[in-house]
Amino acid sequence: MSLLDFFYRHRAEISTLTLEHLWLVGMSMLLAVVIGIPLGILITRRARWNKPILGGANIIQTIPSLALFGFLMPLPWLGERADRLAIAALTGYALLPIIRNTYTGIMGVDPSVREAARGMGMTDWQLLTQVELPLAMGVILAGIRVATVITVGVATIAAAIGAGGLGEFIFRGLSMVDNRVILAGAIPAALLALAADFILGRAERLLAPSAKQ
Amino acid sequence: MIEFREVRYATGGGRDLLTGLNLQVAPGETLVLLGRSGSGKSTTLKLINRLLEATAGQVLVEGRSVLDWDPIRLRRRIGYVIQEVGLFPHFTIGRNIGLLPQLEGWPPERRRARVEELLQMVGLEPETFSPRYPRELSGGQRQRVGVARALAADPPILLMDEPFGALDPLTRLEIQREFLSLQERLRKTIVFVTHDIREALIVGTRIALLEEGKLLGTYSRADFLNSREPIILAYLAALRAPEQPLDS
Repeated sequence: MSLLDFFYRHRAEISTLTLEHLWLVGMSMLLAVVIGIPLGILITRRARWNKPILGGANIIQTIPSLALFGFLMPLPWLGERADRLAIAALTGYALLPIIRNTYTGIMGVDPSVREAARGMGMTDWQLLTQVELPLAMGVILAGIRVATVITVGVATIAAAIGAGGLGEFIFRGLSMVDNRVILAGAIPAALLALAADFILGRAERLLAPSAKQ
Repeated sequence: MIEFREVRYATGGGRDLLTGLNLQVAPGETLVLLGRSGSGKSTTLKLINRLLEATAGQVLVEGRSVLDWDPIRLRRRIGYVIQEVGLFPHFTIGRNIGLLPQLEGWPPERRRARVEELLQMVGLEPETFSPRYPRELSGGQRQRVGVARALAADPPILLMDEPFGALDPLTRLEIQREFLSLQERLRKTIVFVTHDIREALIVGTRIALLEEGKLLGTYSRADFLNSREPIILAYLAALRAPEQPLDS
């Protein structure tokens, strides 16, 4: 049976797991953006939070993903459901690029632009929302794009704790020593990563035009 | 209008950038702060719009200590022009100029009329320039927009930090002349920072000479030209020299 036949035969399961995968990635990215961007902004305002926050996000990222899933297991509310746990872990992984790019993007705004804005009497909020964030948007979106691509890959490991997603096929294929089953997970995952990269790349160009002086 | 009383400013590290500064700026005059790089000119300027706060002494604007002003209200009454201009690269020229009126809640009609008026005032054709982006403009044009933006909400005070320092000599001369005729009409209270003695003599109604964080004195143009003080003679010698670099 060829690979295509195999895929066709299992199309229902492939699409279910792809949707699960998308859900895991989507939820964690949403959380990572909602948490990461404010943290990135915070450390442009309070320099002494810089080290602990970037350092913390850095440490999370260095924990091997399987171990991170394991660490979270004993936590009361998270441990109850595998998908919650997976989303929490994936969010942690996605944070670093988002926090770091938000920070670098804002710090990269021309100091004279910031001085002019403050000198003309803009409040800090106006400076942030009307000047800094729009000018940093390209860099922030690049961070989100990197984080998303990473998360699509790491999310396959969530299957190890029973959170579903395309990793199911990969782990099943590994234990069955069947390459077709592995590929049924790996190929859609790779396509998802490529699609995310492409779509967010387009968004980057659309939302952050002409930011250079 | 603006007054410094025994003002000292020290950096976070404790190094004095300004000491014992006493200075008054009268309404409608153009006071030039002249001095070398590092003499404390820009620091003095930033103490007025509270981008910096004095370590000791008092800075008063319109009779009130700047610390008693709400900094946002204070800055909106003070136009600020810097050498790098600092136009918002993601806004059109029209939006750059109209931003402060917008923040002040002016209706769109009045805002548009104001932008047009200001562009005309600085010699830029409104229809051509309003929809453009800063990167499409030459240095001189950008600086004209910078001046227009600072004037947008019609502030009584204007602070200018080496505004024309980055321009080529011909453009600089042109824009200095325009500045003079503009000031003739507007009669703003202006504090103008420069290290260029030639520029100081062109634009200033009074010159305050700073050296290493201290005010050496304030002079009318005539006083300055007739002074026998060695440092002023050095400036005047630089003025007569075929090329002008004094500290740059």
